[in-house]
Amino acid sequence: MSNLAIEGQIQRAPNRLDLKLLNYSITQLQILVTWFKRQSGELDTSGERKVRTEGLWVKCDQCRQIIWKKDLEDNLNVCPKCDRHFRIDARTRLSQLLDENEYDVFDSNLSSTDPLKFVDLKAYKSRLHQAQEETGLQDAIINAQGKLNGRSIIVSAMEYSFIGGSMGAVVGEAITRAIERATETRMPIVIVSASGGARMMEGVISLMQLAKISAALARLDEARVPYISVLTDPTTGGVTASFAMLGDLNIAEPGALIGFAGPRVIEQTIRQKLPQGFQRAEFLLEHGMLDAVVPRKQLKPYIARALEFMQQPSDGSRRSSA
Amino acid sequence: MSARAAAAMAAANGRETVIGADFLLSMVEAHWSAKNGDASKMESGLRARQELQKIEKQITHLESAAGQDEETRQEIHQLHERVNALRREVSAHLNAWEKTELARHPQRPYTLDYVERIFTDWSEIHGDRGFGDDPAIICGMARFHGEDVMIVGHQKARDTKQKVYRNFGMPNPEGYRKALRAMEIAAKFQRPLFTFVDTPGAYPGLGAEERGQAEAIARNLREMVRLEIPIITVITGEGGSGGALAIAVADRVLMMENAIYSVISPEGCASIMWRDATKKDLAAQALKITASDLGELGCIDGVVEEPEGGAHNDHEASAALLDAALQRHYGELKGVPTRELLASRYNKFRNMAQFFHAEV
Repeated sequence: MSNLAIEGQIQRAPNRLDLKLLNYSITQLQILVTWFKRQSGELDTSGERKVRTEGLWVKCDQCRQIIWKKDLEDNLNVCPKCDRHFRIDARTRLSQLLDENEYDVFDSNLSSTDPLKFVDLKAYKSRLHQAQEETGLQDAIINAQGKLNGRSIIVSAMEYSFIGGSMGAVVGEAITRAIERATETRMPIVIVSASGGARMMEGVISLMQLAKISAALARLDEARVPYISVLTDPTTGGVTASFAMLGDLNIAEPGALIGFAGPRVIEQTIRQKLPQGFQRAEFLLEHGMLDAVVPRKQLKPYIARALEFMQQPSDGSRRSSA
Repeated sequence: MSARAAAAMAAANGRETVIGADFLLSMVEAHWSAKNGDASKMESGLRARQELQKIEKQITHLESAAGQDEETRQEIHQLHERVNALRREVSAHLNAWEKTELARHPQRPYTLDYVERIFTDWSEIHGDRGFGDDPAIICGMARFHGEDVMIVGHQKARDTKQKVYRNFGMPNPEGYRKALRAMEIAAKFQRPLFTFVDTPGAYPGLGAEERGQAEAIARNLREMVRLEIPIITVITGEGGSGGALAIAVADRVLMMENAIYSVISPEGCASIMWRDATKKDLAAQALKITASDLGELGCIDGVVEEPEGGAHNDHEASAALLDAALQRHYGELKGVPTRELLASRYNKFRNMAQFFHAEV
């Protein structure tokens, strides 16, 4: 039946499945065409290895289901078959959390000065430029102010595709500023982590961001302004070891890798294979490190409910009774 | 053979060895100058130092064997001078990797070595009241020139059994929680806090992850910022990333001259960024991890000098140098009102490591 559809022998009105299949065959054709058209000469292998996801179809890396990209997006980038939570970029995150995808972005003008003039196999400067071009961001963070179910909040969302969401001076400063803004305006803050940890190419400068952000969080805590930390896949290293674990509530998406040391480092240290599900959100929940594992679809209502609990009504009746 | 003849023989043998040592020394010198021209041979400085040590031993041996021969004695004296000059040159040109090796030197004084020499009346306190006691971090009450203080520090060890017991100075979460408990006791009773940092990093193990290594470190960072007592930290050896910082959020952060402080070990960085762990010397250089680097980057408040050749050469002298620095810094902090102290601690970390520009 489905094969017939591809060969164009459709007797009835085309349905959605037919359209998908057609789309698929077109993609196949495109691939073939580009293959024949390939210019002679060396392949360009100078750039970083990059997984192409521009296609119309996506394969779920957990259940291997082929999903139409539009379907995946409609489902908040969660696999409809196995509930695998795909990584999403900071902008998508903001659009999912904030009402009508409306928000003001601030502190987007900060960019790194490459304090160590770091060069490994490639200069850090050029890595930065490349990431800036690819993401359209200055660094691995977006600070935004918008409404979540009508309530004004501040959101700092990390961008994993910008050098692994790593935290250097810019990310550290941006998050600190977001926290300070929350402290001043008394608006709740939500920080969505997606990061490999401190940015090695800024060395000890990155490390000091941990102290800086934690200092700002101490003041936020004293001001009794709500802070909800959302840990998404992956959150490791210095990010976990500072602000990600310091929320009034620490909640995570299902299946997210969360830890201090990376799995490979641990395997090398203890010289044995890690158990299945180690360092996944559910594992942390089981060990008492998270308040909840919340599916992406319920993230917004969950946060809304928590903020309702944490924020006193506008007339201040709850706390002023004393 | 008469006694006199035997003595003459010994003297002659002595002369021969002196010539041998001289030859060795010039080899080292040649090696060293070759090194200065060739930056890729970064470890030769370290080898030069090892050679120097051997030569010195030989010289002292000769001194006792040489007896009264005036010529030999003069030669030995000259040798001494050349060795000293060479040593100064070698230590002045230590690169980041060589400093890393010094910071990890097994004879380097560890926290308890300093506690023994600088403080009195040490009584250790144990346990995090939740899981266990972590020997990789020690906490305790002590007296600093008569004043009650709290001490928290990483503890490494020298022999295999002890090393395992101390987990090579790599704490588990209960270590950091014990440290916080000690800090809070100090704050409650208004005693200043001295912390000593010397760790390759927080332990990356299975149990550590299960018990919340990241959470333990994070909590310490936040709580240290608002601890209502003066805090002085000394990075005595290795300042290994978050595992170091978790007890190093202080009013004064000092670094021993040959200590390092880094977000990742040079080996770790090399295997990630160069995909080759043997590029550790390049990584060490690139990461800017030495005391003088940290000073230039504005991430520490002072560098404490070490005795010639490094702290491992003379524990007494390095403790004395550190003692003087601690007294000076504590003296400056002592009279400061708590509010002011906390505000300046906050501001210090708030304004640290500001390396970005803002386009308009």
